[in-house]
Amino acid sequence: MTADADADVDFDVIVVGAGVAGCVSAFQLATAGRGVLLVERGAEPGAKALSGGVFYCRVMEQVFPGFVEAAPVERVITRNCLSFLNPSSFVNIDYGDQRLASPVNAVSVLRAKLDAWLAEQCESAGAMVMPGFRVDRLLIEDGQVRGIGAGEDELRCKVVIAADGVNSFVSRDAGLRSKDRTNHLAVGVKSVIGLDRAVIEDRFNLEDGQGAAYAVVGDCTKGVGGGGFMYTNLESVSIGVVLRLDDLKRRGASATDLHDGFLNHRFVAPFLKGGELLEYGAHLVAEGGLAMIRDLVKPGLVVIGEAAGLALNTGLTVRGMDLAAGSAIAAARAVDGALEAGDYSPATLGEYRQSLQECFVGRDMETFRRAPAFLEGTRMFNDYGPLLADVFHGVYNLDLRPRRHLLKTARAALRSSPVGWLDLARDGWNALRAL
Amino acid sequence: MNLGTITERLARNRYELDGVSHIEVDQEAARAAGLGPVLERICPAHVYSVGPDGLIGVLWAACLECGACLAVAPPGVLTWHYPAGGTGVLYRLG
Ligand SMILES: Cc1cc2nc3c(=O)[nH]c(=O)nc-3n(C[C@H](O)[C@H](O)[C@H](O)COP(=O)(O)OP(=O)(O)OC[C@H]3O[C@@H](n4cnc5c(N)ncnc54)[C@H](O)[C@@H]3O)c2cc1C
Ligand code: SF4
Repeated sequence: MTADADADVDFDVIVVGAGVAGCVSAFQLATAGRGVLLVERGAEPGAKALSGGVFYCRVMEQVFPGFVEAAPVERVITRNCLSFLNPSSFVNIDYGDQRLASPVNAVSVLRAKLDAWLAEQCESAGAMVMPGFRVDRLLIEDGQVRGIGAGEDELRCKVVIAADGVNSFVSRDAGLRSKDRTNHLAVGVKSVIGLDRAVIEDRFNLEDGQGAAYAVVGDCTKGVGGGGFMYTNLESVSIGVVLRLDDLKRRGASATDLHDGFLNHRFVAPFLKGGELLEYGAHLVAEGGLAMIRDLVKPGLVVIGEAAGLALNTGLTVRGMDLAAGSAIAAARAVDGALEAGDYSPATLGEYRQSLQECFVGRDMETFRRAPAFLEGTRMFNDYGPLLADVFHGVYNLDLRPRRHLLKTARAALRSSPVGWLDLARDGWNALRAL
Repeated sequence: MNLGTITERLARNRYELDGVSHIEVDQEAARAAGLGPVLERICPAHVYSVGPDGLIGVLWAACLECGACLAVAPPGVLTWHYPAGGTGVLYRLG
């Protein structure tokens, strides 16, 4: 890059998208004294944000010490429940642990509030925040990204950070990604149901200020790949379904019918009784795991967060926000180094890829690389719930016939299930390796 | 609990509208691809509806901007981009 080109920039860095990824990187770079512009298409930061809402937030302590106390978080998650839901039965694996409260491991969040707070922190650190601004294109000269364009406006910078989320038109524009395969994408349909604080704590069996996160498989999606979630906020419950697009399309299922069916399910409805619908929304989520990650760096450009495909669904947890924050930290460090060196080539910015691979983001994406393929198998969604319920029915249904040992009961349940011994062994093995 | 119709639900959301549609359907291509019923079922905001004449109606103002329709459409059938900066849906909770 020539000195001339460097001189005529408006900012050192332009960050596109004020979500978790964009805000964390903008904050880090502004704190390091760089000239940062953070643009967001929503009328306010957070206006377009939608997440399920459990933020595994330990990583945020690195950026904002005291994050849990200072940020607008809802509840500290101390109860995690994996629920196999069938039409007239369910089996839950319900795990509560006070160790999850100190140090705080996860919190529920409502993103419109959280993102607004994050953008404020960026502003306080010296970044310029510009909401209501939709980036339409990248300015690319001789293969080098030199800024952004929106309508008539053009703004120039040394490095652009694309943090524009799962649909990332910016990285498509840069030729970094083609259309994603639909088995790598799921649509989340979500409702926020308002309930009294005390009612929530009673119904979910929670201590004051603590929260529960339910991950649900089975009848909630009527066999469509994906699952349901139900997370407690202070005075509301975030609940909805995540549906893999390829499966949804193939089965001709209706996204809203599945959402409504889940909320009205006989075992789910009692949690929400008397509640009021506060908001209904939808958002895509990347589920391709490692297979989806594409090239993350181009001359003058780095891609972070879900724009880079960084999201993980292991069936037990949906993670995207922590990976967004982790990738933002790695990118900010690399961009700062590149600005120091005055060199925005992939060789220098590639430092980002390196540190991403070495930090928890790259490692977890690698560890769970088999999870998407495993979860694509349909047994997880259709067959295991009824099988488990049959085993427990055999145990608890004391119908005056002589009882059998658990193993025999399980064997009998398996005989009448579409799941065979071999499937069970194979899935068990694959689950251990994938999850 | 009574969730209400999709229209009633969306009426609780805030929208800032500029009167310009951000969605266009190539009706011929959509018909050839049999896309109408798929869009009707996949869109969480019921933006799409197939009329008796087979044409796909687009209630773009209700859009929640998820991008699901674009993701399932074969290339070229839908022109879909985000609404202009500051317009469209405004989540208060998210
Ligand atoms: C239903 C659902 C449930 C989920 N549950 C969880 C969960 O429990 N835990 C978890 O950790 N993750 C969860 N996720 C995933 C998580 O929400 C995302 O991975 C995370 O929000 C990604 O953060 P990001 O900053 O990369 O992108 P985003 O949060 O999507 O932010 C991108 C920002 O860029 C802006 N933008 C986009 N295009 C432009 C443009 N052209 N110009 C200007 N601005 C633009 C957007 O308006 C947005 O503010 C869930 C997702 C969904 C849909
Ligand atoms: S983006 Fe989502 S809400 Fe909008 S029309 Fe497409 S599917 Fe419907």
